[in-house]
Amino acid sequence: MNAFLAIYRREIEGFIQTPPAYIFVAAFAALAGGLTFQGGGFFESSSADLTAFFALHPWLFVILAPALTMKSWAEELRQGTIETLLTLPVSVPFIALAKHCAAWTTIFFALLLTTPIWFTVNYLGAPDNAAIAASYGMSFLAAGAYLALGQACSAITGHQAAAFVAAVLIGLGFTAAGSPAITDAAARSLGPLAADFVAPFGFAARLEPAWRGVLDISAALYFLFFAAIALAITSLFASARRGG
Amino acid sequence: MRHKRQRNADRNMPRAAGSRTLQSDVKSYLRDGAKKSARKTDGSGETSMLLQATGLSKSFGARKAVRNVTLSIEAGETVALLGPNGAGKTTTLRMLAGFLEPDDGAVRALHYDMRRQRVKAQASVGYLPEGAPLYGEMTPWSYLNFIAEARGLTGAKGRAALMRAANQVGLGATIYQAIDTLSKGYKRRTALAAAILHDPPILLLDEPTDGLDPNQNVAIRALIRELAHDKAILISTHNLEDVETMCRRAIVIDNGHVVADGEPAEFAARTPSKKLGDFFRAITQHDSAA
Repeated sequence: MNAFLAIYRREIEGFIQTPPAYIFVAAFAALAGGLTFQGGGFFESSSADLTAFFALHPWLFVILAPALTMKSWAEELRQGTIETLLTLPVSVPFIALAKHCAAWTTIFFALLLTTPIWFTVNYLGAPDNAAIAASYGMSFLAAGAYLALGQACSAITGHQAAAFVAAVLIGLGFTAAGSPAITDAAARSLGPLAADFVAPFGFAARLEPAWRGVLDISAALYFLFFAAIALAITSLFASARRGG
Repeated sequence: MRHKRQRNADRNMPRAAGSRTLQSDVKSYLRDGAKKSARKTDGSGETSMLLQATGLSKSFGARKAVRNVTLSIEAGETVALLGPNGAGKTTTLRMLAGFLEPDDGAVRALHYDMRRQRVKAQASVGYLPEGAPLYGEMTPWSYLNFIAEARGLTGAKGRAALMRAANQVGLGATIYQAIDTLSKGYKRRTALAAAILHDPPILLLDEPTDGLDPNQNVAIRALIRELAHDKAILISTHNLEDVETMCRRAIVIDNGHVVADGEPAEFAARTPSKKLGDFFRAITQHDSAA
């Protein structure tokens, strides 16, 4: 547990001392807020709800989460500090989990910074606060999945730019998978079974019930399971570095 | 009533703050495990092997970096690992430290198998990697604090261990300076402090004096000699002065093979000039020329 906390704290310090985390938090807060009020049709809808705001989250995570995690293993390899890390008396899954939790903490603060939007809609009208709280919770869990995907890409590629591109492309695929455009295309080209197969993987589609105030436990478990699988893949590839 | 062997083990124990578990591990190993893994050195006595490697081999693609390396180091022994560039020294050290997985063979640190009991084995090893990689944005203080916590040394115990290690390597006022701004010598001192922080019974040092000025060289050699009396220390080096001043045994590795294992003075005596350098050149000439 001490080793886990030590690595977690080191990662947090790393985020504090380098620009990407600040850029991530600022970009997330600015884009989520700006696009909701300017391009999201918030004022035109004449209703006090934050569906447009939460609908942006997966698309922002697609870009911003890989920016936060692309360094996680690639930089350890570049600096040679992976040798220090992998000779500490701590197992690789614990290292991956500590790195993941540190990045997730950063996302937590980014989401926290957007809460003035919540206060604003309460000032302007009477929103469904339970739906907003559920949406925040699901966004946080979805962010965990995007971060784990980003970390896996960093461990697999061992290169920051390659990790970023790979995580964005895979993230885009998972985000859009449940959208009508993708499921319709799958149904047309491969048949209805293909559409049924692809739809459950869609991150954005999995988030939708929460925007309506429905707490979808299966969606929450899906994001957690996705993150666990991605972290297991991270551990496998990081451990494989021992093979030379 | 305490037995004589127990008292000897106590006397040989690390003196400064360290992991209680690790200390008790070393104690019990020196007390009990030594008998099991003892070898006859001169036909007269038992010695406690803290580090043992058997038949280590490692390939990178088609290139065989290390071939069937077997070595063992006992408590109180400082051994040099000598060899020309690309001979397999760093790869051997990486396998001993548990960073690289050998293709064949096994490593035992204390009484733990590096493959099956990696976490416990690595707790007993202090490792200075080649090039002393560090997190540049941290200060030596925060880096050493990170290493201390990761090795289970927290609170006052951790701070005491950190200060002891920092003082031993002579970090001085640089301890609060960003690592990126430190000279190569101070970076190496920081990495060395991280290796000795938890007072491990086994130390693996890859080029510990590389990049140090002559005064720092003398200080670090004196520190390693001071640490040597109760530890198994393996030093990979090109510097023959390091070998002559610190090591009572040298292992020469060439093209992945161990080609000589003995006392540096004995090696030197085998040459007409009585110089270790000449012995080294003679035994590794083929690969150096290539």
